[in-house]
Amino acid sequence: MSSYLEISRVTKTYTTPKGPAVIVKDFDLKIAKGEFVSLIGHSGCGKSTVLSMVAGLNDITDGGIVLAGKELDGPGPDRGVVFQSPCLLPWLTAFENVMLGVDQAFWTADKSERAAIVEYYLTVVGLGDSMHKRPHELSQGMRQRVGIARAFALSPKMLLLDEPFGMLDSLTRVELHGVLLELWRRNQITALMVTHDVDEAIFLSDRVVCMTDGPAAEVGAILHIPFERPRDRKALMEDPEYYRLREQLIDFLEHRAHERPSQAARAHQPALATATA
Amino acid sequence: MIFSKLKLDSLLLPLIGVVAFVALWFGLSATVSPDLPDPTATWVSSKPVVVEPFAYRGEMDQGILRFTWLSLVLVAKGYAIALIVGTPLGFILGLSKVATKICDPMIQVLRPVSPLAWLPLGMILFMKTGKGVSEMAALFTIAICSMWPTVLNTAVGVRSIPQDYLNVAKVLKLSRTKTLFKVLVPATLPYMFTGFRLSLGIAWLVIVAAEMLTGRPGVGGFLWQQYNSLVYEQIILCILTIGLVGFVLDRLMSLVEARFKTA
Repeated sequence: MSSYLEISRVTKTYTTPKGPAVIVKDFDLKIAKGEFVSLIGHSGCGKSTVLSMVAGLNDITDGGIVLAGKELDGPGPDRGVVFQSPCLLPWLTAFENVMLGVDQAFWTADKSERAAIVEYYLTVVGLGDSMHKRPHELSQGMRQRVGIARAFALSPKMLLLDEPFGMLDSLTRVELHGVLLELWRRNQITALMVTHDVDEAIFLSDRVVCMTDGPAAEVGAILHIPFERPRDRKALMEDPEYYRLREQLIDFLEHRAHERPSQAARAHQPALATATA
Repeated sequence: MIFSKLKLDSLLLPLIGVVAFVALWFGLSATVSPDLPDPTATWVSSKPVVVEPFAYRGEMDQGILRFTWLSLVLVAKGYAIALIVGTPLGFILGLSKVATKICDPMIQVLRPVSPLAWLPLGMILFMKTGKGVSEMAALFTIAICSMWPTVLNTAVGVRSIPQDYLNVAKVLKLSRTKTLFKVLVPATLPYMFTGFRLSLGIAWLVIVAAEMLTGRPGVGGFLWQQYNSLVYEQIILCILTIGLVGFVLDRLMSLVEARFKTA
């Protein structure tokens, strides 16, 4: 598999008064171009740490991350990030919030071209009528739509999503899954998403990466999601394969997340390929 | 019923306070302080200054609003200096731990110093300017006394910018200037305006001391002159004027501040 994003032996250590605390240890993951990968694990296991290291918001203690053949060094608009809370600047309108990034990524384009990009993405996420509203006039779901538009409008090499739907009610969440998949399909963008929702991970991803519990969290198991795209939620719900995958994921999270991956591979069924395999 | 309750709260109760104050004033001048002019005498003596508020009969003999205007102009200048110096200083302190450690002890020591103490220093500092020395010294005093709330509130505001906003700036790789004007300044505005309001209050407080010591025309200078010429009635007029102007300034700044709070 040719890899687009390559995370090799990434380790994150914080120095604390009680000595170094290892959050993530020797984390290895390769993601192909155009692939949608989810990172799942118990809260506090370090999955968001991995994502923020890819985003460049968090320093890497050891190891390296290569995106499109170039080693990452700090943050940049080549990676669009969607945060858990939409992180919109409250003094700017939805349009201006998206424009802030577009100005940065397409500084060579003239003003009308940049405005057209912003309008396009805000329309695609369904905010064509609310472009010039400020965040406090928008619902939580609409704000996250702006967050998604902002990330996509950069035309990034890679999309990073940090529990993007965690704060939404389930109806809004389902709607936004649709918005996200539609944009992902149109832009054929490589995506890495952190989530703790098993159904969300299966529905959206090509592969689901399970992380072991911290400290020193690493890749525990990787699950391939074979369903054809575009996926239909209803059809998926009736597919026995869906439940088999769901069982495996929940089984991992409930029973095996605390084991080291080498033990896990030996002790359980081979359907779950381990990271090292 | 509700209407009358409202009227009682917002009109009648404050009126009781005023009446009690005037009664106390009458009482004091009639008993323990015979030198204190009572309200009637105050009004009679202040009348010429009040009914012709913009009259000019000589440098130290002007209408009360004309004096107020002179004081306000001086305060505006000193206050502007305080904001121009204080706001960037607050930003630097908010952004840099090193700068905070360097400046904090000095700020904590200089902050409680009274305007009466700064004024002579201002006089010495600007001695070379000749005729303008009293104005320069007054501006210096107003600026240095009133800038601390702006400095400290701005610094607190910068320190309490949510990490989320800073992450957005980082992820988009905004330049330093863009981060400053698109993220840091707007996020700090509510704190800055709290500082601005407190600073204005102090600037107005300082004006009286500055004018008294320099003998400049203005409400404070007028007050001091009338005291020296034993016209006690107009001292009370000056005090009331100073209080009212300070109150109005604070209200106005509160309105501006509230605008930025909700944004």
